[in-house]
Amino acid sequence: MNTPYAPGTVSRRSFLKVAAAAGGSLMVGFWPVEGEAAAATAADLNAFIAIGADDSIVLTMPKVEMGQGTYTSIPMLIAEELEVDLDKIQLRHAPPNAKVYGAPFGDQFTGGSLTIRLMYEPMRQTGAAARMVLVQAAANEWKVPADSCRAEHGEVVHAASGRRVKYGKLVAAASQIAVPEKIALKDPKDFKLVGKPAKRLDAKGKTDGSAMFGIDAQAKGLKVAVVAASPVIGGKLKSVNDAKARKLRGVRQVVKLDNAVAVVADNYWYAKQGLAALDIVWDEGKYARLTTDDVRNTMVAALKKPGHIARNDGDALKALAADGKRVEALYINPMLAHATMEPMNCTVHVKGDGTAEIWTGSQVPARARDDAAKVLGLAPEKVTLHNHYIGGGFGRRLYTDYVTQAAAVAKQVKGPVKLVWSREEDIQHCLFRGLYAHSVSASLDAQGKPVAFSHKIAGPSNLAAFAPGWLKDGLDIDNVEGSDIFSYDIPNMRSEYTQEDGPVPTAFWRGVGPTRNMTVLESFMDELALKAGQDPLAYRLSMLGKQPRAAEVLKVAAQKAGWGEKLPARSGRGIALMRAWGTYLAQVVDVTVSDDGEVAVKRVVCAVDCGQVVNPDTVVAQIQSGINYGLTAGLFGVITLKDGRVEQSNFHDYPILRMSQAPKIDVVLVQSSEAPGGIGEPGTAGVGAALTNAVFAATGVRVREMPLRAELLKKV
Amino acid sequence: MIKLTINGKPRTFDVPGDMPLLWVLRDEAHMTGTKFGCGMALCGACTVHVDGEATRSCVLPVSAVAGKKITTIEGIGATPAGKATQAAWLKVEVVQCGYCQSGQIMSACALIAKNRQPTDADIDDAMAGNICRCGTYSRIREAIKDAAASPLLKGA
Repeated sequence: MNTPYAPGTVSRRSFLKVAAAAGGSLMVGFWPVEGEAAAATAADLNAFIAIGADDSIVLTMPKVEMGQGTYTSIPMLIAEELEVDLDKIQLRHAPPNAKVYGAPFGDQFTGGSLTIRLMYEPMRQTGAAARMVLVQAAANEWKVPADSCRAEHGEVVHAASGRRVKYGKLVAAASQIAVPEKIALKDPKDFKLVGKPAKRLDAKGKTDGSAMFGIDAQAKGLKVAVVAASPVIGGKLKSVNDAKARKLRGVRQVVKLDNAVAVVADNYWYAKQGLAALDIVWDEGKYARLTTDDVRNTMVAALKKPGHIARNDGDALKALAADGKRVEALYINPMLAHATMEPMNCTVHVKGDGTAEIWTGSQVPARARDDAAKVLGLAPEKVTLHNHYIGGGFGRRLYTDYVTQAAAVAKQVKGPVKLVWSREEDIQHCLFRGLYAHSVSASLDAQGKPVAFSHKIAGPSNLAAFAPGWLKDGLDIDNVEGSDIFSYDIPNMRSEYTQEDGPVPTAFWRGVGPTRNMTVLESFMDELALKAGQDPLAYRLSMLGKQPRAAEVLKVAAQKAGWGEKLPARSGRGIALMRAWGTYLAQVVDVTVSDDGEVAVKRVVCAVDCGQVVNPDTVVAQIQSGINYGLTAGLFGVITLKDGRVEQSNFHDYPILRMSQAPKIDVVLVQSSEAPGGIGEPGTAGVGAALTNAVFAATGVRVREMPLRAELLKKV
Repeated sequence: MIKLTINGKPRTFDVPGDMPLLWVLRDEAHMTGTKFGCGMALCGACTVHVDGEATRSCVLPVSAVAGKKITTIEGIGATPAGKATQAAWLKVEVVQCGYCQSGQIMSACALIAKNRQPTDADIDDAMAGNICRCGTYSRIREAIKDAAASPLLKGA
């Protein structure tokens, strides 16, 4: 997800405040806006560090952990400046509170490959502020200048006299000291933690079964609900005969919603049996005949409608109309499901005293709480939400549909109820990555160099629904992301997006705009290189004179991969560049294609420059993850519609890359002292075109509509 | 009433015999380390050991395991292979979201309990039923090889 608050547009200065809390803890919090810090109450100061008199250090995590490593990287930033050991830090999931944890948006969300980009300085400042007041407290007690003391391993040390004192002994005094006006951040060359691989703080519980995900929530008297929503998009519940279901063991209640029916039982199995025994009649509504082709045709037709211009260097349309070698193509990015391993679920307890309690995993805990409160008819402050480790987000848990559905069920149930979606429900009622149509055209000069380049996109706008305030003069900045800063030096360059939402409910999906745009644009670059009769790598490099970081990652990846080597028949090597989220990466994919058209990905090399790195091991892990996520999409990923229904239902017909199919991945980190870039999504965004380019090299077949289809790649 | 032995402890459950073991573990025994992913033995998140064999508990009727030894992620650390596998997972930093990892570890340690020198093909075979959406496969492979070579397995 792209936001108007990209680093560089927000003030780097945070406003910090310390206070004493019950039990004598030192609390340190930061706010991006000066007035908010001044007005903050003691209760607000649970953000982000609490140092106890017992030397405990508890961080309340402003961002959620869904695998991306935030629960290690944010503590690293704080520990680095606070001078404490990483393994001494305890972590707490943040409660819903957009004001305290939603900086700088006022919207508490985790996504957009933004965490480190936005938190890099504020978290360091917060740690440094805490360190400075602790050092000052020790200096005051010892009646020595603060600059004669230093902090290390959770202690303040006065080297001259050999005195040392643990932070816990200082918290009472430190909480009375105002945060200094000037926060002294470390010089990066003095970093002890940042930039070096650190062990994940969430790993142990995830290897012994003790880590708690939303689906693991327990409550006394808990019932389980299994739900069937209208199988037809936009359909409603007409009627349900539950006579058989009610007689089944363990079934307690059948709950009707506007567009769904849920069976509440003593456990999941009983609820599932109950659901299977229902006779449900749906009002299928106006999309009862909808097919994928309808959606596709709608998006292709929308390419003809005027849209919002994201970029218009020179006059691309005029230059395209002039003489020159013209190349044009239509590309389609298909619908996809997120298919997180943890199916959607949410536990809600509506209590008799006008309050409610929620247990779930959400990328947007404050929105989840507020949306549920609305359904329950309660004020948000009457609703408590316990967030959890998230068993896969990828954009899916930026939405609260499963939370509001659970609230609607719980409203009709006495006692706590856990709503768990079956895998079939999870795939068929995903909020999908929408179908996008892309029209690309270029004209080449006599040397084969593009003089004009146009990219037109049509498809749904998720940003318009999620955060209309983030549209830029009506432009969905997500949907053009990557296209708007396409790196090549082409004098006439145009990027345009036409919003066409269509009937299918859609969502952000890992890599959002850049995943779709880079798959198209970097594939099209290979088409141009072919037309120009040039090597794809050399062709790209010839247009990157003004983009040294982009050129460097391409060169590094190509060299590591052995670019230019001769490969056996039906083997191919493809390259692609990706630049978005402040990160540059290049990937080289090696494939072999069997005579019957099956593609095996043998190796992926990825060179990445994401600026200053916090935890290099996390960067590598996220690249590995992003590549495999993108390969699943490229090799298998497509959601199709027939009669208004999603045709896929579980992992047999919506396959996910498995161990034997996962390639060897070599990641090379290019050293950089630039501002930190995002890393959760770039790997996914970079792999699609490298894959199709490799397939072209192996077979001579240009794939312009994912996923790869064996019948089109057979040996002829 | 169905009598089970879970992680060495005898337990009794008043459930129908066709109820899958997964839901007995999760909703009746409140042991939530074993995960629900697909309900069709397609993803491996629910993998447990029955008499040492990696088994998908989401399609396994509980009546079929009465009297057999069931081991879950909560108990596997008490075995040499389980301990070695968990240690290797931490050393190699396998986990991301972590949701599938209980099942991955159960499949992995069933492999190394029998095969101390697993080849890549052995690993592909043993892990074929386990999906990881975060794509941690290369680290899983590395961790399995590391665990198989662990001194913890000597004499086990």
